[in-house]
Amino acid sequence: MFENLPLIISRLAAGIPQTVIATVGGIVLTIVLASVAGLALLSRSRLVRTVSRTYVEVFRGTSEVVQLFWIFFVLPALVGYQIIPLAAGVLVLGLNHGAYGAEIVRGAVQSVPKAQYEGSLALSLSPRDRMLRVILPQALVEMLPPFNNLFIQLLKSTALLSLVVVNEVVRQGQLLVPNLGVGETLTIYLVELLIFLVLALMITAVMRALERRASARLGRTPAPRARRAAVGGVA
Amino acid sequence: MTVGWDWAYAIEILPALWQGLQVTLLATALGSLLAFALGLVFAVIRRSRVPVLDPIVRGFVELWRSTPLLVQAYLIYAVLPGVGITLSSLTAGVIALGLHYACYTSEVYRAGIDAVPRGQWEAASALSLPRHRVWLGVVLPQAVPRVLPALGNYVISMFKEVPLLLAIGLVEVITVANQITAQTFRPVEPLTMAGILFLLISYPASVLVRRLERRVGVI
Repeated sequence: MFENLPLIISRLAAGIPQTVIATVGGIVLTIVLASVAGLALLSRSRLVRTVSRTYVEVFRGTSEVVQLFWIFFVLPALVGYQIIPLAAGVLVLGLNHGAYGAEIVRGAVQSVPKAQYEGSLALSLSPRDRMLRVILPQALVEMLPPFNNLFIQLLKSTALLSLVVVNEVVRQGQLLVPNLGVGETLTIYLVELLIFLVLALMITAVMRALERRASARLGRTPAPRARRAAVGGVA
Repeated sequence: MTVGWDWAYAIEILPALWQGLQVTLLATALGSLLAFALGLVFAVIRRSRVPVLDPIVRGFVELWRSTPLLVQAYLIYAVLPGVGITLSSLTAGVIALGLHYACYTSEVYRAGIDAVPRGQWEAASALSLPRHRVWLGVVLPQAVPRVLPALGNYVISMFKEVPLLLAIGLVEVITVANQITAQTFRPVEPLTMAGILFLLISYPASVLVRRLERRVGVI
């Protein structure tokens, strides 16, 4: 069962760069789309709200696998050229999780007490300062824990990219499976699980550090993180 | 490949897609039942701090929640036959879905259990109710209704994750769409219609869950 362990680890490790690129790329796109769409959900313009709401509901309502296959198979048929798999993957990861993130941003901004807004009006801060110096720093603290969950969901979703031949960790494993016996297949999958666990723990460590800094800026110490069940990236 | 949208073709493939969608719905229903039951077991084990089992469940939930469902499905589908248990794609898929989502539902139940006022526990022990009656007669009847919206959300997200079971050979709606594409060389309509079907089911479902949320309150 373990004689091929070095081989298995080295092959799977060769997929880590693609997994990490997809995750980081997806996270960056998620942050951009979630911020834009989330603030657009709070816009005074009905048109802006409707556009944003449509984006959020379409990307939350259709399956991520459908979105991936759509961009991979349908889009080329419509526009005439193929996007490279990793780019298509990052695009889908970002679009999908950005839609969930938009709701997080909207919820966090709305959770800032109304008195904060009134206070900044009373001090006649400009609309820009009101948002950047009063509302957003407080909303950010609220956003970070649910974004942590969302980014872990995104990391897990990178496994889907193996279905469109991105050479990330899971596809590396699938290439190895036919050559090895059942015991070694088990080893492959267990090592894959461990790789994802470590990457998830790294995301959590970074997010906790950000949470501490964001709280410190407000002169707070972050509450010990209760495990969040009902909230989060899913649904 | 032909480009453009052909309504006649899109309508023609609907019955086949509906067949696939029924498999998706079946997998979601069975997976949810498993996740509801198993999640409750996990939550009770953790809350009553059953020795030995408690840390095992805790470690398992931590690992299983942080790792991809796809890998877990491969693991269950490929490895269990090696120890003499042969599973169909559907069975393996349902087990994978159930186990994965049990890790989420267990946290939901825990939140629900923690929301039951302390006085209820104290009263139950003052009446020296046996342990199983404290759980079944006092705590769970109060905890479970409040977590229904959260459970509903997980059912919806499970529904949208079923397509990845095509990797272990489950003939669900996307597999059907791909088969149609392979025969006709027209990918636009099958995959787009599949996406619309997902939206038609999951959007109203999430509206219902939100309505339920307003009725029972969020934990």
